[in-house]
Amino acid sequence: MTALMVRFRGVTKRYGPLTVLDHLDLDVARNEKVAIIGPSGSGKSTLLRVLMMLEDIDEGVIEVDGAPITHMPRDGTLVRASESWKRQGRSKIGMVFQSFNLFPHMTALQNTAEAPVSALGLSRREANERAAELLDMVGLADKRDHYPSQLSGGQQQRVAIARALAMRPQVMLFDEVTSALDPELCGEVLSVIRRLGEEHSLTMLMVTHQMGFAREFADRVCFFSEGKIAEQGTPQQLFGAPQNERTQMFLRAVMDAV
Amino acid sequence: MNAALFDWQFAWQILPELLRASLYTIGITLVAFAIALVFGLLLAILRRSRLQWVSWPVASVIEFIRSTPLLIQLYFLYYVMPEYGLILSALTAGTCGLALHYSCYVAEVYRAGLDGVPRGQWEAAKALSLGPWHAYRNIVLPQAVRPIVPALGNYLIAMFKDTPVLSAITVVELMLQAKNIGSQTFRYIEPITMAGLFFLIISVSVALLVRKLETHLRMP
Repeated sequence: MTALMVRFRGVTKRYGPLTVLDHLDLDVARNEKVAIIGPSGSGKSTLLRVLMMLEDIDEGVIEVDGAPITHMPRDGTLVRASESWKRQGRSKIGMVFQSFNLFPHMTALQNTAEAPVSALGLSRREANERAAELLDMVGLADKRDHYPSQLSGGQQQRVAIARALAMRPQVMLFDEVTSALDPELCGEVLSVIRRLGEEHSLTMLMVTHQMGFAREFADRVCFFSEGKIAEQGTPQQLFGAPQNERTQMFLRAVMDAV
Repeated sequence: MNAALFDWQFAWQILPELLRASLYTIGITLVAFAIALVFGLLLAILRRSRLQWVSWPVASVIEFIRSTPLLIQLYFLYYVMPEYGLILSALTAGTCGLALHYSCYVAEVYRAGLDGVPRGQWEAAKALSLGPWHAYRNIVLPQAVRPIVPALGNYLIAMFKDTPVLSAITVVELMLQAKNIGSQTFRYIEPITMAGLFFLIISVSVALLVRKLETHLRMP
């Protein structure tokens, strides 16, 4: 068991002429909670998307739990991962999206039980039990037979969290999970995430604009700028005494907006 | 001349023959449509492939078949193919031709449905480690099919009304049966009117069924 859970080594991602991640190195320890902040277009979300392998990277390697996921060993070297290798890597990671992406034709319970049955091979009964427990944990025990369209945004996002947890991931990714929510609904989602961090041993990476939440919840905050981590540190360091000029500018702009 | 404009007795007499032929017509339509639903889906999925050497030829075939008349395709299947060793009965050639022709229309309908499923659904399926096959079958298709049920129903009716074309390759479907009765008895008004009515009744019933299915499948 390594202490290191996620490791980016020289990861570069380009969209045409645009370099979104620029030789990025990032180590995340087991159970560490990392908040990622920065201006839009700085590559924050791409960081999570390449970790989930929704996009292929152009250079570098990403490792999870000591093993490469974007690449696989063959004949003593690393080659690009096959689809099945990638799928195996993904099963260690759960992801919650800004726009929820619940399956609209399935109830909350079916949404949550779908992947454990098909990807983990659980029996329908086991999966339903697990799903019910998780929905209970996110405070939606009474909504399990509701369809996404019958739920509020905050409730939908909590179902999405339960759905990701049902795969028993070691790493959880939160991609601006409150950005699509009305302000009064953010609290219920954030408090679920907070409880998750306290009660479960999970490594978490979250891209967020909720500076207050990042400050109180994260062990470490990374400030992203132009595809690189411009500055990182504990919330006290980064919010209290930012060293980098761009961090200072960004924080000033964000705080003014509040 | 007491020969009424419409001779009810004669109509009653030819009813069994016409009913039998219309059952035959319905059978051909259902089999051809079932094939078109499956084959059309396959074409649509292949056409969406990111591999150009797959998507491009499939797209060309679809365009080719959609842009040539059904009649010519049937003639090829029934009259030309035997010269190359492929001998099909009129019924088989007719059903396959109809199925193939409509597969290409149905493929385009499927494509629209598949394109309409948001990318986030694919990403969510991927993030949950669902395989591509499972993602298609359980996540994407159920969402893609619902909005296109009316369009598919349209093609079912259009296909049903295209079955008389099969008479050109000697398939005795409803229309040809009606024509045969006419040429044997020199009375056309009853058989042709009745054939038309059968088409009308069946098409309207199918349309109602499709409407029912639509409400039944409506997303909550």
